[in-house]
Amino acid sequence: MSVKLLLEHDGKEGIRNYETWALNGGYRAVEKALKMAPEEVVEEVKKSGLRGRGGAGFPTGMKWSFLAKPEGVPRHLVCNADESEPGTFKDRYLMEFLPHLFIEGMIISSYALGSNTSYIYIRGEYAWIPDILEQAIAEAKAHGWLGKNIMGTGFDCEIYVHRGAGAYICGEETALIESLEGKRGNPRIKPPFPAVQGVWMRPTVVNNVESIAAVVPIINLGGEAYSKIGVGRSTGTKLISACGNINKPGVYEIDMTISVEEFIYSDEYCGGIAKGKQLKACIPGGSSVPILPANLLLKTAKGEQRMMNYESLSDGGFQTGSMMGSGGFIVLDEDQCVVRHTLSLAHFYMHESCGQCSPCREGTGWMYRILKNLEYGKGKMADIDLLWDVQRRIEGNTICPLGDAAAWPVAAAIRHFRDEFEWHVLNPDESQHRNFGLAHYADDLVTA
Amino acid sequence: MKITIDNISIDVEPGTTILQAARQIGGEVTPPAMCYYSSLENSGGKCRTCLVEVSKGSEKDPRPMPKLVASCRTAVMDGMEVRSMTSERVLDARKGVTEFLLINHPLDCPICDQAGECDLQDLSYEHGDSGSRYGFVKRTFEKEDLGPYIQLNMNRCIMCFRCVYVAEQLTNPREHGILDRGWDAQISTYINKALENEFIGNVIDVCPVGALTDKTFRFKNRVWFTKPLDAHRDCPTCAGKVRLWMRGDDVFRVTGRKDKWGEIEDWVCNECRFHKKKTSDWVIEGPTKVDRHSVISQGHYVGLKKPNDPLEILIGKAPKHTIDIHKVSDVNKPDIDLSLIAGPAHSDDFNRSNTAPQPKEINLQESKVKKNDP
Ligand SMILES: Cc1cc2nc3c(=O)[nH]c(=O)nc-3n(C[C@H](O)[C@H](O)[C@H](O)COP(=O)(O)O)c2cc1C
Ligand code: SF4
Ligand code: SF4
Ligand code: FES
Repeated sequence: MSVKLLLEHDGKEGIRNYETWALNGGYRAVEKALKMAPEEVVEEVKKSGLRGRGGAGFPTGMKWSFLAKPEGVPRHLVCNADESEPGTFKDRYLMEFLPHLFIEGMIISSYALGSNTSYIYIRGEYAWIPDILEQAIAEAKAHGWLGKNIMGTGFDCEIYVHRGAGAYICGEETALIESLEGKRGNPRIKPPFPAVQGVWMRPTVVNNVESIAAVVPIINLGGEAYSKIGVGRSTGTKLISACGNINKPGVYEIDMTISVEEFIYSDEYCGGIAKGKQLKACIPGGSSVPILPANLLLKTAKGEQRMMNYESLSDGGFQTGSMMGSGGFIVLDEDQCVVRHTLSLAHFYMHESCGQCSPCREGTGWMYRILKNLEYGKGKMADIDLLWDVQRRIEGNTICPLGDAAAWPVAAAIRHFRDEFEWHVLNPDESQHRNFGLAHYADDLVTA
Repeated sequence: MKITIDNISIDVEPGTTILQAARQIGGEVTPPAMCYYSSLENSGGKCRTCLVEVSKGSEKDPRPMPKLVASCRTAVMDGMEVRSMTSERVLDARKGVTEFLLINHPLDCPICDQAGECDLQDLSYEHGDSGSRYGFVKRTFEKEDLGPYIQLNMNRCIMCFRCVYVAEQLTNPREHGILDRGWDAQISTYINKALENEFIGNVIDVCPVGALTDKTFRFKNRVWFTKPLDAHRDCPTCAGKVRLWMRGDDVFRVTGRKDKWGEIEDWVCNECRFHKKKTSDWVIEGPTKVDRHSVISQGHYVGLKKPNDPLEILIGKAPKHTIDIHKVSDVNKPDIDLSLIAGPAHSDDFNRSNTAPQPKEINLQESKVKKNDP
C-alpha cells in the first residue's frame, strides 16, 4: 500500500475550508514548528533528506542552510508556483485542492528562514487559483497563523500571491525574482546566487510548491521518520502528474519504491496504456528531460528493473537513462510520432526562450525549423546530423538551464529514435499520412 | 592573485574577471567579447563568445569547472588555470556561437556603415566558417524610426543589451529597451519615438554591430576611407574628448575614443557628436593609430586564406572571385599607416602608390604582418 503524506485528505468534502482542514489535523504542524527554534526546523528538513521538487532535486535543507543572514537585512521566501513545464501539473493540484496544506508549509518555511514577507509567484494561466490561495491566507490570518506576533512567538509573517504574466522562463528562479521585482523576466547571471542576493538584492530562498508542502509532513512525522519513507536519497513521497496515452491520467502520490512498470500498468496509478495499445516511449520527468524508449524505460541498460526514484530514473546517464525532473510523466503509445512530438517541444522552447543569450535565442529557433522540415517531408539526412550539432552547441553554453532543457529532448529523440527520423527523410510522402509506429525498441524484452 | 591563461601566468587584483586578466596579458589569449563593456554595469554574460574552460578552479579547490564559463562575468580565483585558445572545447563553442549570431544576420556588410569597425566581422573572420548551414529565410523586423540622429537596423542586432544599459545608466528616463521574447526579441521604443536624450548618441559607439549607426554619417563614406584624429573642445555637457573621422578637411563623423578593446574612454554628448562637424569646432590633437583587428586596421588580414573555387583549381586558373582589398583601398596596405600621414587625409593619399614616401616608424605588429604577406 502506498503512503499518502500530501494527498492524505484529498477529496474530502470542504477540505479547502479552514474548519474542515483544522478538523483533519490542520495547522498542527505550524503549532509544533512555532514551538521549535527556527534552526531546529531547518535541522528537521535536513534530516528528512527532502530534495527540491521543482526539477533539479537539490536538497532543500542544504539550500536553507546556505541562506545568508546579514545583520539588519530582511530575508525572503519565494515559492515557485510558476509550473509551466509541459506535462507537469502537480503544483496546480496541490494549490487548487489542498490550499491550506500549502499555506501551512509556507508559514513553517517562512518561520524557519526568518522571512517576514513571503511570496507565492503563481503562473498567470492559473487564473482561478490565486483567489483560492488568498482565501486560505485570509482564513489563516483570521485564526492567528499569519500577521503580527504569530501565536505569541514574536514572529511576524505576511504572504503575498503574485501573478505571473504567462512565461515559462519566469519559473527559472532568478527570472522569477526579476519578474517579482516588476522587471522583464530575464534570468540573472549567477553568481551571485539568490541565497546571497535575491529579491531586491536580499537573501532569498526559492522553493517549489511541492517542496514547501512536504515540510508539513516532515514536521508532523519528524525528519528522521520522513527520511525512512522511500529509498536511498529519494526520501518521502513524490507527486507525479501522469498524462498521455494512459487509462487514468492524473496526479498520483508515490513513495519512491515502486517500479516504472507498476506505475504505468497498475490500476492504482495509470491503469495501463489506453485503448489496449502498446507503450512506445515516455518522458518521465517533464518535457525537459530525455525521452526514453519503452525498453529503456522499464529496464535500465544493466537489465535491472527501473524504479520511480531519482537514482534509478537517471541510471545510465543521458546515454540510457533520463531524470526524475519535476515529475511530469508523459506516456506515448505506438501511434505517436516522435518527430512530431519533438517538433512540438522545440516550438515550445523557441517560444519560451527569453532571448538573452545567443545559443538559446538562435539555436531553439533553428532546431524548430529543421524539425519542421523533417516532420513535413522536406528533410534531408544531413539535417539529422545538423540538428545534433546545433543542440550540442546550445547545451551547457547558456546563461540558464532553459538552453539545456531545449537541447536535451532533441538529443534524446535522435539518440533513441534515429531510425524514425531517417524513415521520415526516406519516406517523405508516406510519413505525411502514416506514423512510423512501434519499432523494435518498443519491445520491452529486447534490451538494446 | 595568480591566474594562468593558456599557460601564461599573471598577477591580478582580487575581483578581476578572467576576461580582464586575459586583456592584461593581451594578444591571442584574450577571448572575443561582444556584449561585455567594462564601463557598463551588469553588461556581459549574454553573447557567450567569451566562453573559456576553467581547467583548475583555484589553489584551494582545484576541481575543474564542468561547464565552460563566461570569462567576462567570472571572477578570478587564486591559482586558477584557464584555457582559451588552447582548448578544443572553447574553440568549438566559439565557433558555434559565431554561427548562431550569423544565422539571422543579413550579411549586408557592403551597405553597412559599421563595416570595417565591426566586432561581428572580426569574430566571423576569426571563428566563423566560410559557408552557412542555415537554410531558412532569415528573421526580419519592421523598421522603426528613432528620430533624426540614430538609425536602427534591427536585423543586424545581436542582442548584446549594451545600448539598453547605456540608456539605463546614462540617460533618464530610459526610452528604449527590449520588446518581445526569444527569437522575436527586439530593440524598440514600443511606441515609435525619437531618442533624444543628450547622451543617447553613445549607443552608436557601444553597439558592436551596425544595428545602431549615426544618421548624420549615414552612407557618407566607408570608415576605412576616413582618417581618425583625436580632438577636443570645451564642452559644457561632456568631457569633449572625441575622435574625428576626416576626409580631406571635412569632418565626416564624430565618435568617442575607442581603446584597443573597442570601448570608448569618455561618453560623448549629442551636441559634440552630431552638431560639431567643422574642423574649427575642435582643437585637433593629432592623428590616431587605430589598433583594432578589423579591416580598418591596416594589414590585419593580409595572411588570410581566401576561399578557393574547386572548379577553378581544377582547370588551373587562379581563383578570382574574391577581391583583393589592397586593390580597392590603399588604407589597408601594410606599408601605409594612415595615422602617419601628415595633416588630414586627402583622396590623393588614397591614390598614392606603394612607392610613396614610407612612414618613418613601423611598429612590431606591422613588421610581423609583412612577413606573412605572400
Ligand atoms: C526554464 C526553467 C523553468 C523552471 N520552471 C520551474 C517551475 O515552473 N516551478 C518550479 O518549481 N521550478 C522551476 N524551475 C526550477 C527553479 O529554477 C528552481 O530550481 C526551483 O524552483 C527550486 O525549487 P526546489 O529546490 O524546491 O525544487 C525552472 C527552471 C528553469 C531553468
Ligand atoms: S538560456 Fe535561453 S532562456 Fe535562459 S537566459 Fe539564455 S536565452 Fe534566456
Ligand atoms: S542594437 Fe546594438 S547595442 Fe543594442 S542590443 Fe543590438 S547589437 Fe547590442
Ligand atoms: S562578452 Fe562575455 S558573454 Fe558576451
